[in-house]
Amino acid sequence: MEIDPFIFRLSIFILSIFIGYYVVWSVTPSLHTPLMSVTNAISSVIIVGAIIAGLAGNYNNDFTTSNILGFIAISLAAVNIFGGFLVTQRMLQMYKKKKKDK
Amino acid sequence: MSANLSAIFYLISGVLFILALRGLSSPETSRQGNFFGILGMTIAIVVTFLSVGSISSGLIYVLIFLLIGGLIGAFIAYKIPMTAMPELVAGFHSLVGLSAVLVAISAFLNPEAFNLGFPGSIKLASLIEMSIGAAVGAITFSGSIIAFLKLQGIMSGSPITFRGQHLFNAILLISIIVLTYLLCSTQSSNFFWILLTVSFLIGFLLIIPIGGADMPVVISMLNSYSGWAAAGIGFTLENSALIITGALVGSSGAILSYIMCKGMNRSFFNVILGGFGASEQSASSGDKEHRPVKSGNAEDAAFLMKNASSVIIVPGYGMAVAQAQHALREMVDTLKKNDIKVTYAIHPVAGRMPGHMNVLLAEANVPYDEVFELEEINNDFANADVAFVIGANDVTNPAAKNDPQSPIYGMPVLDVEKCKSVLFVKRSLSPGYAGIDNDLFYKEKTLMLFADAKKMTEDITKNL
Repeated sequence: MEIDPFIFRLSIFILSIFIGYYVVWSVTPSLHTPLMSVTNAISSVIIVGAIIAGLAGNYNNDFTTSNILGFIAISLAAVNIFGGFLVTQRMLQMYKKKKKDK
Repeated sequence: MSANLSAIFYLISGVLFILALRGLSSPETSRQGNFFGILGMTIAIVVTFLSVGSISSGLIYVLIFLLIGGLIGAFIAYKIPMTAMPELVAGFHSLVGLSAVLVAISAFLNPEAFNLGFPGSIKLASLIEMSIGAAVGAITFSGSIIAFLKLQGIMSGSPITFRGQHLFNAILLISIIVLTYLLCSTQSSNFFWILLTVSFLIGFLLIIPIGGADMPVVISMLNSYSGWAAAGIGFTLENSALIITGALVGSSGAILSYIMCKGMNRSFFNVILGGFGASEQSASSGDKEHRPVKSGNAEDAAFLMKNASSVIIVPGYGMAVAQAQHALREMVDTLKKNDIKVTYAIHPVAGRMPGHMNVLLAEANVPYDEVFELEEINNDFANADVAFVIGANDVTNPAAKNDPQSPIYGMPVLDVEKCKSVLFVKRSLSPGYAGIDNDLFYKEKTLMLFADAKKMTEDITKNL
């Protein structure tokens, strides 16, 4: 009997939870705020679904409701992606070590 | 681009996201980590373009909408003050939730585009995944909006409760399962819309009973939800980048919620069921006695600190409200010039989100190796001369250690009372969010400095 591809996706999912568990425990507590903003940014990879929704089944620019919802979702996710990564960058830039020469 | 090839690229971006989180294990590697995250996102977006947008004219619209969102996001990222970070993160969570909902609706209306079957006969597994993604997304959206409004101060931070609230929420949660079942057995779009509406309502009802100071837990929890929503959509779209990311974000948020709950010695359910501040406050205000406190001015504080050899600073939410972090850094600089050793002690739940205080201190150019977590620094209080508590209260309350009757009993606290003297910068004697009195205020060694945190810190600097 063939294995349903769903089982493979489920395996990826479960293993990723474990990776997430160990990786996040190793994050230093002082970086918990950047952790939240960066997880925010990467969860906006949902934009992949939004792009498919926006473009799919559309060949001569007669947009369906489904396409338009996709476009709106693209904008929302883009706010998050750009905002999330840039604000994380801005925060991380501020974390400085004590100057050695003192 | 073939489906197999794009699947491999999605896997690569998933791995890059793991590296992005891994980078945050230390500030030195964190910037590189963020770069990996950006790279992973770029790969995912480009690959999606290449696999669906076969240079069709729709591509230009995608770019336009991407640009609009991107510009807004970039503008916000540069303009937002660091003290507003909790609101920003809550706001961003709501956007992830809403996009998950929109993608799910879109897939429901046009399942052919996603290879899920046809309207009215969508594959069962896809329908279940879609419902989960849409429901969790909707809860994330409305919950984050409420969290945002509370943090922004538009909505009162005090818990809003009504009779039968828990029962009502439980019924709604059960109805989600029933609706998903009905949706799957009938394929009727009506059930889909009702499911969405109920989910929006749950998100709203879940967050309104939670008080302002429990926000660190709420934000972490919503962070986790946004991840599970993304994973749900990832299963629907059969996209490994989304599944991996969703799992990472989901577990990250869950761990942060756990850390925050532990920092308050409360169970997760206790926080979620809410109404903490409301009931305790009324109980304690009745038997309030007027005990004498020693209050001082900036000169007294400056004198005490000038004669100290080591000072530990304990910042709290009040410092964020007063925007006192820069003034505080200047005061510390002056102290250091007088050869006084200064360190910072951060309680896990200080502020309104995990790591809130660390970011603010970093913004004020405080080197991160002078900032310590509770476990690292708690033993040092006994050897320090002065503890300078600025805008914090409950996290220093000794009642958590020696009064089993206290609502915060068992919560880990900073051993501020072991210092030779304690300075409290506070606007008034009012209790913290837990609604309980702090014995430390009335101790012989405590000097209360009643003033705005920023103004007081500036005045102390002048007197040093």
